[in-house]
Amino acid sequence: MKQNLANKFGWLTPEQLSEEDGRLAVTVPADRLQEVAAYLKECGYDFLVDMVGMDYGDRLGVIDYVARGESPADVIALKTSVTDRDFPVIPTVMNVWKIGQLYEREVHDYFGIRFAGNEDMRRLFLRESWKGYPLRKDYDASPEVNPVPLENESLEDMDTIRTVERDAEGNEHVTSRSLYTDDDYVINFGPQHPAMHGVLHLRVSLEGEIVRSVDPHFGYIHRGIEKLCEGYTYPQIPHLTDRLDYLSGTMNRHAYCLCCEKALQMDVPQRAVVVRTIFDELTRIASHLIGWGSMCMDMGAVTAFMYGLRDREKVMDIFEETAGGRLMANYNVIGGVANDIHPNFRKRVKEFIPYMRKMLREHHLLYTGNPIATGRMKGVGYLSREQVIALGVTGPSGRASGWANDLRKAAPYAAYDRVEFDQLLRTGGETFDRYILRLEEIEQSLRIIEQLIDNIPEGPYAEKVKGIIKLPKGDFFQRVENARGQFGVYITSTGGKTPYRVKFRSPSMVLVNALKEVARGNKVADLIMLGGSFDYVIPCIDR
Amino acid sequence: MEMSKKTHIKNMRYEDFNDNEYLEQYVEELRRNNVPVALGKLSDIINWGRSHSVWPLTFATSCCGIEFMCVGGARTDFARFGWEVYRNSPRQADVIFVFGTIVHKMAPVLKRLYDQMAEPKYVVAVGSCAICGGPFRNSYHVVKGVDEIIPVDVYVPGCPPRPDAILYGMMQLERKIKVQNFFKLPEQPEVKEHVTPEENAAHYEAKLGK
Amino acid sequence: MWSFTQLTHWIDTSLHSCMSADWALFVEFVLIGVAVLAAYALIALFLIYAERKICGFFQCRLGPNRVGKWGIFQSVADMIKILLKELVHINRSDKVLFRAASFFVIIGSVCTFGALPFAKGLQAIDFNVGVFYLMAVSSLGVVGILLAGWSSNSKYTMIGALRSGAQLISYEISAGLSLMTIVVYCGSMQLSEIVAQQADGWFIFRSVPAVIAFVVYLIAGHAETNRGPFDMPEAESELTAGYHTEYSGIQFGFFYLAEYLNMFIIAAIATTMFLGGWQPLHVPGWEGFNRVMDYIPSVIWFFGKTFVCIFLALWVRWSFPRLRIDQLLGLEWKVLMPISLVNLMLMSVVVIW
Repeated sequence: MKQNLANKFGWLTPEQLSEEDGRLAVTVPADRLQEVAAYLKECGYDFLVDMVGMDYGDRLGVIDYVARGESPADVIALKTSVTDRDFPVIPTVMNVWKIGQLYEREVHDYFGIRFAGNEDMRRLFLRESWKGYPLRKDYDASPEVNPVPLENESLEDMDTIRTVERDAEGNEHVTSRSLYTDDDYVINFGPQHPAMHGVLHLRVSLEGEIVRSVDPHFGYIHRGIEKLCEGYTYPQIPHLTDRLDYLSGTMNRHAYCLCCEKALQMDVPQRAVVVRTIFDELTRIASHLIGWGSMCMDMGAVTAFMYGLRDREKVMDIFEETAGGRLMANYNVIGGVANDIHPNFRKRVKEFIPYMRKMLREHHLLYTGNPIATGRMKGVGYLSREQVIALGVTGPSGRASGWANDLRKAAPYAAYDRVEFDQLLRTGGETFDRYILRLEEIEQSLRIIEQLIDNIPEGPYAEKVKGIIKLPKGDFFQRVENARGQFGVYITSTGGKTPYRVKFRSPSMVLVNALKEVARGNKVADLIMLGGSFDYVIPCIDR
Repeated sequence: MEMSKKTHIKNMRYEDFNDNEYLEQYVEELRRNNVPVALGKLSDIINWGRSHSVWPLTFATSCCGIEFMCVGGARTDFARFGWEVYRNSPRQADVIFVFGTIVHKMAPVLKRLYDQMAEPKYVVAVGSCAICGGPFRNSYHVVKGVDEIIPVDVYVPGCPPRPDAILYGMMQLERKIKVQNFFKLPEQPEVKEHVTPEENAAHYEAKLGK
Repeated sequence: MWSFTQLTHWIDTSLHSCMSADWALFVEFVLIGVAVLAAYALIALFLIYAERKICGFFQCRLGPNRVGKWGIFQSVADMIKILLKELVHINRSDKVLFRAASFFVIIGSVCTFGALPFAKGLQAIDFNVGVFYLMAVSSLGVVGILLAGWSSNSKYTMIGALRSGAQLISYEISAGLSLMTIVVYCGSMQLSEIVAQQADGWFIFRSVPAVIAFVVYLIAGHAETNRGPFDMPEAESELTAGYHTEYSGIQFGFFYLAEYLNMFIIAAIATTMFLGGWQPLHVPGWEGFNRVMDYIPSVIWFFGKTFVCIFLALWVRWSFPRLRIDQLLGLEWKVLMPISLVNLMLMSVVVIW
């Protein structure tokens, strides 16, 4: 690929085509970004993994991580930057990778970079009236600048898309356009709504019972974790990663620890690797149970949700015994795991596997065969494989549309390369496929645990690590497969005690965007059910 | 310190609340302000009804919400206390459990939800985020405790608290309802309605002890 | 079998002996009114408790158990609380209609409730068009729901009310048609007459069309109570609380009570029309068995059968997911209504033959 790029774009110097962290990094000037992006797409790089905004101090930049839909492990970093801090403009890549539209809004919110060609430049998380761009290094964080507001954001601010252009003399031209006309029957789902899985806010335009358009608003639980990370030392940060996607907290933490260990080139003891894998799979089971249950609850079956919770408690018991925490296991640390497994651990897990298998049968009996349930799920919410890749929908939702994106297979980490399991793929792409895939993945997770539980090697459970860790200089990017899709951790280090920039790729964010795509034309009840079928977690989106 | 009456909660000895002297202080404070504490049979019956039927609003912003679902689940079933009639409409709810972080964008929403609830209403702040901002206290976008926006009756610490802790917090609320006199409910503590930037800055300085 | 007429006659004669006829009539009206309202409230409270407990058992939970033995006073506590809650007044709502709506709902269900034959001789009023009256009065509730949704001036309530209007009006048809099947069979609309005709065998055991009508009525009636899987108007996960989103305090309490009482009424009508009302189970020819059955008081027969129907409703409620609005209407207009029309014709053929 490096050779191809060098041949195609003769102006690329060797410094601009470098290797970092085991992947190709292409640095291009802003005005040539689009042609390189288009070429990459031509070469099969059709999956925009993540877009990281950067404040280099003297200039502002963007790093696009792109991968090939065919082999999601093959990642290229595409970097660009501009020196104008006052009114930075970078061309958009949303016409190449559709999901770029959402990522660019995020970068705009954090850094104030405008993307030429991307019309919708509303702030993604913060209110329109927020002063300053929080992830810039010169951001004034004092509470006087942005006091706690006591009035809701005006609907006008929420619905108006303002395009700001600056001509050569520095005069700003503002054109604004409202998303809705006066005739639209717009209804708010959220932020407090029983089926929004937290505090998502959907502005839904209705025509009778039929959804005409959906406009998601984020930020009601935006805690500024990425900015907080810049002030914490490396061993402190995993505390926050658990609280992103709390349902797959262990896996998020695993991703962060892997990223740091890769940077430090540290070998983790085999015992820790296996235990981590078991914990990941247990978390996945717990998360899928909640996902399954809350989807059923969105469709009106509360009993299913209670059954999901009941079985999940068994996993929580195992966690509690070994790690001490229930929901937040706080178990993975850089270099291994926090403490050794409990003597009961093996016994409990072995009891759990047959129990869960039995209960899975019950769940299928209760719900999968139910004519009302299947009648509602089949034929609703179709996503094709192309759409899924263009929207970056990973995890069970992507696999339900036939896209093989499981990182446990594509880029095995931890102990996944030594266990046998199937990457489940379905070709339907409908709500029912997403639903059934989750239940079937529980079965696969049980298989993985079954193979590992008797083969936990003896030895130390963690590498000795100093209290203060200094990562070598450079960019590091690590992804794992969490219960919702690919969770990525990006760390830029300048060699200090704290990271220069940390960014998390949230698998849930693209899922909400996918909901927006598929909900159009369906009924209100289906909108809620589709939300349940994507199983997003809002705090992970908002960070 | 002797209370006018010891609140009785089924299957819970009064001594079990020894570690939490807040209510005794609360009663003392009410007496000082000449607010009568629950007395008489009618008041007893009313408080019996009110304390055993506290319907929560379904409201959860993040992690603690999952633990709340566990409280409703089979293991620690809060339906035993008659709390399981969670209402989706704030008009019909009696208590708002603030689960999880409240951020700047959410603050007005929470305030509005609280205002929409019908009296008498209670607030329970669950988790360290709701109490003081928790691990995100230093963030630019996090409200440092919901008591800056709405008055809080019970705090349940933890990150997130275990379901048992949430149940204990619910019992504390039950105790609190039982000592109140329905016909003369104490005034809610003042929460500043409109904060100017200067006041806000002074508030933070005082709070951070600068 | 002991009849309540002895009791009512005794009250009647003793009242007449100590006051004029007009006054006696007045006192009797008051007594009946109080009795109906008390029974209404008690049954509603019991049903709320029963639902919470049964739902708890379905979900592997315990349900209320702190207030009184096994938590039996749970719903009493709830009622005390709800009576004392503040009534929130909504700005920019239609104030008169907003308040009237909850009364419409509760009056509709009290009126229906009052006309039911609970036991032998225990019926407040026995119209000669009893079935027609039940159908007419019970559909008052939908007016209340529509008013509630419209007058609250909120989009959620509006959608809930419109769904409810579409749903109730549709399902009224097959509920009515299946009741008509029985009216055709026994030739009377008078409830006491219908019950009396079932002395030798409940209608459900006497002809096939009656069985079909019973099943159709259970489904349609269940849909009329706005409970899952037909709880479109409330649809908790979609419309927060549906048409009563803006109601608080006792106004909400009325909706809440009426919801449970409607469930009882539907079950009671099913019992009266198909399961023999308060008549004990009689098998022709088995004299000894029939005599034993007669010893069980008629009140127990009535409430026992009603509770079986209610239990069926709860079972369905807590097992099935919700239907979508188009599937819901499709079920009525494409499945249930043709079935009940054909069934009505079938019944006519059976009767003429």
